[in-house]
Amino acid sequence: MIDQIRSLLEQHPMIPLNFGVLADDANLYDAGLTSFASVQMMLALEEEFDIEFPEAMLTRRTFSSLANIADAVSQLTRKAA
Amino acid sequence: MDAKTFDSKSLLDSLFENGILFESGIDGLYGRSGAFEEVIERFERLVTRLGAPDKATRIHFPPGMSRATLEKSGYMKSFPQLAGCVHSFMGGEREHAQLLGMMADGGGWTELQKATDVALTPAACYPLYPTIAARGPVPAQGLLFELSSYCFRHEPSKDPARMQLFRMREFVKIGTAEQVRSFRESWLKRGKAMIEQLDLPCEVDLANDPFFGRGGKMMANNQRDQGLKFELLIPVTSIEKPTACLSFNYHQDHFGRTWGLKFADGELCHSACVGFGLERVALALFRHHGPDADAWPAAVRDVLWSV
Repeated sequence: MIDQIRSLLEQHPMIPLNFGVLADDANLYDAGLTSFASVQMMLALEEEFDIEFPEAMLTRRTFSSLANIADAVSQLTRKAA
Repeated sequence: MDAKTFDSKSLLDSLFENGILFESGIDGLYGRSGAFEEVIERFERLVTRLGAPDKATRIHFPPGMSRATLEKSGYMKSFPQLAGCVHSFMGGEREHAQLLGMMADGGGWTELQKATDVALTPAACYPLYPTIAARGPVPAQGLLFELSSYCFRHEPSKDPARMQLFRMREFVKIGTAEQVRSFRESWLKRGKAMIEQLDLPCEVDLANDPFFGRGGKMMANNQRDQGLKFELLIPVTSIEKPTACLSFNYHQDHFGRTWGLKFADGELCHSACVGFGLERVALALFRHHGPDADAWPAAVRDVLWSV
């Protein structure tokens, strides 16, 4: 799951972060993730995994690391299954 | 303006009846009486006097700004629903005849207009950043500006405190994170003390901007989590939902990065602003002290009319 997310985000033209060198638990905001880019990230994840993040999950913490993102995505894909 | 009833419609009607505001046929666009304008002028002088020790550079901007500047600022990413762009007719005689024909038919005709290079200014500080960036490196002590502009936001409403065209006065500090945060702290104190001097009930609270869509919900949560925006709220049309009359915003290095605002050593600048919603403050004064400014409490008049 994390690898799929990493490669999805790495290819995204509007998220200028080098995901290849970031550890699963590295803080993406510290690595330069802006609010705008985090919104692009949310939209890309929703499209890739056919999910919709509920409002309660639209927080800074949900998108703060690849591990947190994978947690959130797997919660939502489990729900959908 | 009965002190017990607080709702938008009755306040707006009462402002019309008392000749304080004048209807234009469009919600959120109103004529202002001489008395209303005098209150705004007095309040602006009070703001300027409070900020005077800091020696800000004053710039007054028109209500229109460069569309390219608005685009580059990222405004359309966050607030596409509020933006306004000026369109004009640029055709020849043939298109003019077509336009008149379309108008005579009572149908749409505005498609014959094209976007100009002018957008309506959404906040007084938007035109500032590229102007400053073009001047070269920011000095180590930072820069301070006092700005004023009519601003536009497309949000038609019967709430007189939510106008589509309104004036904003702002102080903007460009400097290090520490400089701009201490600027904002000092205005959180000064702003509250100033409103209390005017005998208006108020509270300062954490806030967020009305970012567009679901992505906007996330931006709003981010803004709150990081404590980037505070508002000074005064009950104007509702006690439960008081109106934001002053706002205190820390932009981090958003505008610094966007416009390349840097110190001589190449370090990016941070920025913060304090905004005064002039019509909102005037409405709060009329709402709480009555329609006749001559009959306002002596203490309030002393503060406003002694400047």
